[in-house]
Amino acid sequence: MLTLESLVIRQDTFVLRADLSLQAGTVAAVIGPSGAGKSTLLNVIAGFFAPVQGRVLWQGQDITTLPPAKRPISMLFQDNNLFPHLTAAQNVGLGIRPDLRRSQGDEQRVSDALRRVGLDGYGARKPGALSGGQQGRVALARVLVQRRPLILLDEPFAALGPALKAEMLDLVADLARETGATLLMVSHDPFDARRIAPLTILVAEGTALPPQPTDALLDNPPPSLAAYLGD
Amino acid sequence: MKPHLVIATVLAAGPALAQTPELTVYTYDSFVSDWGPGPAVKEAFEAECGCILNLVAAGDGAALLGRLRLEGARSEADIVLGLDTGLIAAALETGLFMAHTIETDLDLPVEWTDPLFLPYDWGYFAFVGNRGAAQPADFRELAASDLKIVIQDPRSSTPGLGLLMWVKSAYGDEAAAIWEGLADNIVTVTPGWSEAYGLFLEGEADLVLSYTTSPAYHLIAEEDDSKVALPFAEGHYMQIEVAGKLAATDQPELADQFLRFMLGNAFQSIIPTTNWMYPVVMPEGGLPDGFSTLIQPEKAILAPIDQADALRDLALDEWLRVLSR
Amino acid sequence: MAARPVPLGRHPAGPWAGWAAATLLVAFVVLPLLAVFWRASGASLPGPADWSAVRFTVFQAVLSAIFSVILAIPVARALARRQFPGRSVLITLMGAPFILPVIVAVLGLLAVFGRSGIVNQALAWIGLPPVQIYGLHGVVLAHVFFNLPLATRILLQGWQGIPAERFRLAASLGCQPRDVFRLLEWPMLRATLPGALLLIFAICLSSFAVALTLGGGPRATTVELAIYQAFRLDFDLGRAAVLSVLQMAIVMLAAGLALRLSLLDGFGRGMDRVPRRWEAEQWPLQMLDCLVLLIAALFLLLPLGAVVWRGLSGLDAVPIQVWRAAWVSVVMALSSTVLTVAMALALAHLALQRRGVEALGLLGIAASPLVIGTGLFLLINPVSDPARWAFAVTVLVNAMAALPFALRVMAPVLRDIERDFGPLADSLGMTGLARLRGLTLPRMRRPLGFSAGLAAALSMGDLGVIALFADPDRATLPLQILRLMGAYKMDAAAGAGLILLVFSLLLFWLFDRGGRQDADT
Repeated sequence: MLTLESLVIRQDTFVLRADLSLQAGTVAAVIGPSGAGKSTLLNVIAGFFAPVQGRVLWQGQDITTLPPAKRPISMLFQDNNLFPHLTAAQNVGLGIRPDLRRSQGDEQRVSDALRRVGLDGYGARKPGALSGGQQGRVALARVLVQRRPLILLDEPFAALGPALKAEMLDLVADLARETGATLLMVSHDPFDARRIAPLTILVAEGTALPPQPTDALLDNPPPSLAAYLGD
Repeated sequence: MKPHLVIATVLAAGPALAQTPELTVYTYDSFVSDWGPGPAVKEAFEAECGCILNLVAAGDGAALLGRLRLEGARSEADIVLGLDTGLIAAALETGLFMAHTIETDLDLPVEWTDPLFLPYDWGYFAFVGNRGAAQPADFRELAASDLKIVIQDPRSSTPGLGLLMWVKSAYGDEAAAIWEGLADNIVTVTPGWSEAYGLFLEGEADLVLSYTTSPAYHLIAEEDDSKVALPFAEGHYMQIEVAGKLAATDQPELADQFLRFMLGNAFQSIIPTTNWMYPVVMPEGGLPDGFSTLIQPEKAILAPIDQADALRDLALDEWLRVLSR
Repeated sequence: MAARPVPLGRHPAGPWAGWAAATLLVAFVVLPLLAVFWRASGASLPGPADWSAVRFTVFQAVLSAIFSVILAIPVARALARRQFPGRSVLITLMGAPFILPVIVAVLGLLAVFGRSGIVNQALAWIGLPPVQIYGLHGVVLAHVFFNLPLATRILLQGWQGIPAERFRLAASLGCQPRDVFRLLEWPMLRATLPGALLLIFAICLSSFAVALTLGGGPRATTVELAIYQAFRLDFDLGRAAVLSVLQMAIVMLAAGLALRLSLLDGFGRGMDRVPRRWEAEQWPLQMLDCLVLLIAALFLLLPLGAVVWRGLSGLDAVPIQVWRAAWVSVVMALSSTVLTVAMALALAHLALQRRGVEALGLLGIAASPLVIGTGLFLLINPVSDPARWAFAVTVLVNAMAALPFALRVMAPVLRDIERDFGPLADSLGMTGLARLRGLTLPRMRRPLGFSAGLAAALSMGDLGVIALFADPDRATLPLQILRLMGAYKMDAAAGAGLILLVFSLLLFWLFDRGGRQDADT
């Protein structure tokens, strides 16, 4: 279970509070108006930004002060998810060992992961030689080999077309289901949330609310969300 | 090679090496350069002394004295070679030198009686120009002309300091007026001799402050007789380069041997065409051919060593004051 | 979108390397200074003559910096928006003045601007009076000649840092050149200019031979010359040290000011190619850029051509010792290059957290070489023969002198890399060597190659001779050039100058090219 305990996040004049938990193995969307602090919330969970107060717990363990790499987390950012100077296989391999050294077994895991995301034989290519969708798949292959129980998505597929984005989200959801991972994804598109996330955390007016069923929330949005959705 | 052989060789060589005495001579950089007297001097002295001659370079004469002052009595040097008459007073003040024991009979235009320092070469400062161009006969004429000259800064260069002393010694209280007259002739003041001479050769000036011996280089090394030194009626300021023995030397006999060698034929015959200065003892074969064409100043000027420093400070203040306007 | 969260206060490559480099740097400057003070019989305060030297030094350095940078703006802009054959060769060649030994470069400059130089010959031909190069304007002209290429490179880097997409956006909005300048170019210049000004100010502040040779007389007395006088004529070590401290204080003051004024960040990564510039595709602007480049090339390459011409005629007079010295200089240059790059990399990491480190890097050129050399001698001499340390000391001195340039080039790029890829590397646990090998080095190839080339070339051309540490058996090329000149052999010296020029450019080109090869997106 992921628990955000009396969390207070402050950045200049911006303040965000969160006090919630999320069952392990669930898929949840983080939705809210632009600038509400969705990305910031994820960055605090991932360890890139320190809260001024409160704790982040995973399975009851306090991870608030752990460095990002020591947390049980894989994260995909809005951009720069791949190193452009490394091949696809090297990029995936970094999920196993951060020093570019790979054993025979590691090699096998990397090519298995690439095959799983539909990129069999693309290992030697550099990101510049891949399409946007393929780049996303490489990043997902790395998430796969990382085998972390918590996956955070900060809108990594926002630049893709609707069909491709849906495809990628389905793939992420499948991967999460296969590995039993918990998935938390920022989204500004209610359809994304309905598509793969049964639960949604609403971030608005300085607060991240506890997860609630996505369909119910979107069908009867509170005023702050309604304004954002444009209903 | 077998190990025990190696050991035997080292054992045999060790003491032999240790017994070869070493003489360390501090000197200025252009002395040790491949085109200076250093290499030939080293070879000639080592051939006769059965010792190793270490020539250690330290910038120019002033830097040489600076190094010696920094090291003090701990210095490795047995001999310092390359101070000139302008530095002797300061060198004396260090108290690091001891009297030499060499009998001398020197070919110098002035009498030399200093008990500590022995001259090894000398020359006259002079303005050098191109043959056929206007030739002022003294500083006043030079100042009145519209000839362009390039000189060196007395604060960073030995010839620059020489010119300062030349004007001050020749004109005393009138020196400032001479400098005022020269101000519009001076193209620029360079940090060292090389820059000034280079500028002159590139045609940046009609005259450059150098030595009366400078034309000999062009004549002998380049077969070019187009450069001439200008005789000045006031007389010419001298530069005498000297060597001295350090009191703390651990090779006093060898040091004396070197000083005797320095005044001998081998050393003195190397000097004219490497340092381009006059030897202090005429070599057996006389001077090289080109030297006979050089001007012979009628009057040699040299400030008394014990007054040189005071005169220098006075002259420098004057020079800075006049030329900073 | 919320503002990007700032990373936690952690250090990507282990701060110890940065602190070690900073300590070495400070020790390199402070320990010798202390040694000189300690040995001095007392520290006398600067007199009126010294203060007037300070005034002249600062004045000429300010003028030199301003002119170098202002004139570099149109040159860098022309290079940034025009693609033409020979562009990269021109950029490399234009850097040559910067790496020549001063006296060689000055003679080249005089062949153009001197009494019987090209300019005056041309003036005489059309019946105009000659121009005089000696004086403050000559000093500034020479400093611009030396530093214009550096300023151009720094600004060009700034221009290349503006993403091509911004120009596209500007074009789609119908921006005219003036709008593009205000919207895109001025903010970049605003961020880049202070650093460039500062760097050149610091270089010109410690100018010695240029200011003296072209200054025309004691009016052009610099602080460095006052230090010379204190050491040579008066053996007043205390005053020499005080003057050196004064000189460093001025540079640090300027550095503080420049850091306050310079606003880095705010620009995404640039592409390696010359971006298409719609607004500049009109013939008056093309003519203007063409003219600017032509003038700059003439100004920089004519004196260089004179050096080459003089050198070619002296080449057959070059003695064998010069080639041996060239080898010594190359080995020395490579050694100090390794040290420079390693230290700059470490300091650039430290500068991610503490911007002040970049100013600290300037200490190496702000300190008087004479005072540093004397201090090092005082430290080493009691325990060991200084000649034995000649190589190490020369390498160290050269590395410190090249450090600010390397740091200036690397620090902004590292900042960009950490901003763009730092979070990913953090989340993958890439630390220490793994991060260096997997992220930093491959993405810094360009600035690494450029800094290494600069360091190597600077070290080749630097006199590096602290008279007190002369090594009798291993003369460097610049020293041999001075010795040849000192022995009247001006032709051979010119030939050796050409050899030095070729070696320096070759080293620079090899490193710089190495950094540009295989450039990934």
